[in-house]
Amino acid sequence: MIPEVTDALLLARVQFAFTIAFHIIFPAFTIGLASYLAVLEALWLRTRREVFLDLFKYWLKIFAITFGMGVVSGVVMAYQFGTNWSVFSDKTGPVLGPLMAYEVLTAFFLEAGFLGVMLFGMNRVGKGLHFFATLMVAIGTFVSAFWILSVNSWMQTPTGYAINADGQFVPADWIEVIFNPSFPYRLVHMVLAAYLTTALVVGAVGALHLLRDNRDEASGIMFSMAMWMATLVAPLQVLAGDLHGLNTLEHQPAKVMAMEGHFRSYPDGAPLYLLGIPDEAAGVLRYPLAIPGGSSLILKHDPSAPLAGLDSIPREDWPPVAIVFWSFRIMVGMGILMLLLGAVSLVARLRGRLYRAPLLHRFALLMGPAGFVAVLAGWVTTEVGRQPFTVYGLLRTAESVSPLGTPAVAASLVAFVIVYFIVFSAGTFYILRLMRRPPQPHEPGPKEGAPTRAAGITPAAAIASGRTLEPGEGRP
Amino acid sequence: MILGIDLAAIWAFVIAFAVFAYVVMDGFDLGIGMLFPFFPARRDRDVMMNSVAPVWDGNETWLVLGGGGLLAAFPLAYAVLFPALYAPLTVMLLALVFRGVAFEFRWRTERAKPYWDFSFAAGSFLAAFAQGVALGAILQGVAVEDRHYAGGWWDWLTGFSLLTGAAVVVGFGLLGATWLVTKTTGALQTRAYRFAGWGAALTLAAIFAVSLATPFLDAEYWRRWLQWPHILFTAPVPIAVAVVALRLFDGLRKRREYEPFFLSLALFALSYAGLGISFWPYIVPGEITIWEAAAPESSQLFMLVGVVVMVPLILAYTAHAYWVFRGKVDPDAGYH
Ligand code: HDD
Ligand code: HEM
Ligand code: HEM
Repeated sequence: MIPEVTDALLLARVQFAFTIAFHIIFPAFTIGLASYLAVLEALWLRTRREVFLDLFKYWLKIFAITFGMGVVSGVVMAYQFGTNWSVFSDKTGPVLGPLMAYEVLTAFFLEAGFLGVMLFGMNRVGKGLHFFATLMVAIGTFVSAFWILSVNSWMQTPTGYAINADGQFVPADWIEVIFNPSFPYRLVHMVLAAYLTTALVVGAVGALHLLRDNRDEASGIMFSMAMWMATLVAPLQVLAGDLHGLNTLEHQPAKVMAMEGHFRSYPDGAPLYLLGIPDEAAGVLRYPLAIPGGSSLILKHDPSAPLAGLDSIPREDWPPVAIVFWSFRIMVGMGILMLLLGAVSLVARLRGRLYRAPLLHRFALLMGPAGFVAVLAGWVTTEVGRQPFTVYGLLRTAESVSPLGTPAVAASLVAFVIVYFIVFSAGTFYILRLMRRPPQPHEPGPKEGAPTRAAGITPAAAIASGRTLEPGEGRP
Repeated sequence: MILGIDLAAIWAFVIAFAVFAYVVMDGFDLGIGMLFPFFPARRDRDVMMNSVAPVWDGNETWLVLGGGGLLAAFPLAYAVLFPALYAPLTVMLLALVFRGVAFEFRWRTERAKPYWDFSFAAGSFLAAFAQGVALGAILQGVAVEDRHYAGGWWDWLTGFSLLTGAAVVVGFGLLGATWLVTKTTGALQTRAYRFAGWGAALTLAAIFAVSLATPFLDAEYWRRWLQWPHILFTAPVPIAVAVVALRLFDGLRKRREYEPFFLSLALFALSYAGLGISFWPYIVPGEITIWEAAAPESSQLFMLVGVVVMVPLILAYTAHAYWVFRGKVDPDAGYH
């Protein structure tokens, strides 16, 4: 029996999608930024060049705000499984709960414990210890991604479990649970995504200031570092994405059919549809723009290999095709633009014009948000493509939801939307204001006098009233 | 049971420990937020916020561990309780968002600073109140049917849950005020002493009221607390509360800086022990015991390894952080 789709269910899904989409924006940035800060500090320690310290302090302030928003939006997630998805929690808790508990124990406490030293410890602990703290924060963000992606991947490709008398999933083999088949691909793809996202933001800020003054050393350094990242990592990411797709074809073929817009089966080679308008009701892709045999070539490495389509799958097991189809194209489109940026910047670099290429700088500036767009689009592909299941093939989304009334979920959804927009718009505004200013020589860093941190263990005593604002700050 | 070890009982203690660690640590920093409106001077507020800024994130992580641990060790309880507490938990989460970002945003703006001050104070107050309401709602019992929460989404709202909400607010206020006493000097400290006195009086009244009301919620509580021979075991709790309270007032009057904070924590510990007496061995009172809610032993054992290895480490670096930031918050001397 297929449970019916109710309003409360729909609202619970919207609420989950909304809150997780907000949350992922912050880790996508902080995972990369924490590593970038570690690199900057290492460069400073090795070369003793002041400019690396300036850059470190410049990005540290932005990191502090972003991290704080990541924390508060993350706490919401940990509770939302219980409030909105109680049946899911009851059934998967024995398998997924321990993984999330390990995330708290090994990642969240680690980050919280060392962030303070990282932000304010510069003059209080030795340089070595300070670098150690920065590294711990960077490692913490990575460990956090490790566990939560293992959780998510298990929901996509569950292995290593048994089902007990109460209908709960119970662990049979922890190694198989944690290292489930899609996990390695998802981890690599997501971490690369975080690095790219950060590189594009750093690159855009560098480009912004180079457009104003192309002799600014700090801006030049950050732009150059970011472009190296784009040049090197964008191709890797496309490769990782391709491998990820092959893995998905093996384990979640329906998702790939939706991504490709393959409503029907192609016994002698499936075309690659670049564009088109999926018509789910009729089960056809309208106005297709196709490369014959392309899809079979990519997915099977043979243009005439047969590929099954959605017609081979019962209707009630289809994911929403149009969303998956479009979000996948947005992500891939962003990936191609990133490749292009990497390539163009490499050419400019080889010709010695990296810092004097206004068109390139404009392009990099426009690409600033591209990482976030790709990350969100990628997650929508992944998560919507898994529908109508929360645990793929085993537990339907409609069976996972809490027994709640529509008004309860509607009210909380409205509250979340309002609060998130107020709070996170303000945060974004403060971050953009910090970015508008180029890094200064002897960058002050988070005020030693007036701690600016949303999180972490930082020197309480470091306050000096009257020194709460930097010149030029505090006014829009 | 593996090797005769009752893992469910161990986990009940682990979760209880995480929740208590949360109450002890986040209690005073929520309390600081609630005291904000009573200290309008900007300089005072800077000091107050900075007295907790170093540690608040670590403090709040215990809440995440409590929630995550419950999901992992007692998934059925997590699945029943959280929908039952839908409204209070939603309020708590949103309130924590507001107060959490205030730590950062407040220093990033001049113009909007009053708003973030407000969001810090109101967020702290609402979070504490919602936590208290949630506690009361669990104590008074939730409807369960066939592994589901079976009540409505207003069931949590009763006079009793409002009372426990108020109790947690005044209790955290007391923790905040006594913490402030340890961290400040001069006029600010004098005012903190005064608020601590009020907080102590109100907290005791609240403990008294909640203790009086609890046995009437359910015959089981009545039996546990007041019937012979149980009363032999339960009586020491109120007696200890009385002793601690007397010392607390004495300490405040004699202005012993550190003692009131620790005595306030002792009040919390005793109330917490009292709750333990009411709950044990249920995790959803009257409906689900810890053994019924327990995840399979393979899950509990796997996590227990993590707890045994990591929690001592976490406690060590948390203690180190508190040590680094010991002493007074001096408004005039930056550290450099
Ligand atoms: C900067 C970000 C970014 C970029 C440029 C790309 N992706 Fe991606 N993609 C992600 C960020 C991302 C992601 C947000 O990290 C996702 C969501 C879930 C996941 O594991 O990674 C994802 C998911 C995802 C999936 C879904 C896998 C599944 O759910 O089973 C596929 C097949 C691809 N990607 C493939 C690609 C290809 C072929 C790309 C090349 C053009 C590409 N991605 C570029
Ligand atoms: C962080 C990036 C993520 C994004 C942007 C994201 C996005 C989404 C979206 C858009 C849906 C709605 C799909 C639909 O209902 O059609 C969804 C569903 C869901 N996701 Fe994710 N997700 C992310 C990560 C995760 C992770 C890490 C987990 C688990 C630990 C998870 C668990 C779920 C669950 C349980 C649902 C089912 C509820 C539902 O269908 O809405 N998600 N997600
Ligand atoms: C792919 C998806 C996710 C990734 C990569 C991720 C990663 C992170 C990272 C790196 C942080 C540290 C704060 C920051 O850097 O902003 C964080 C915070 C947090 N995340 Fe996520 N997360 C994801 C999804 C989720 C989900 C689904 C949950 C719910 C269980 C969750 C729960 C939390 C919590 C509770 C925090 C706050 C930690 C603290 O108090 O320090 N995250 N997340």
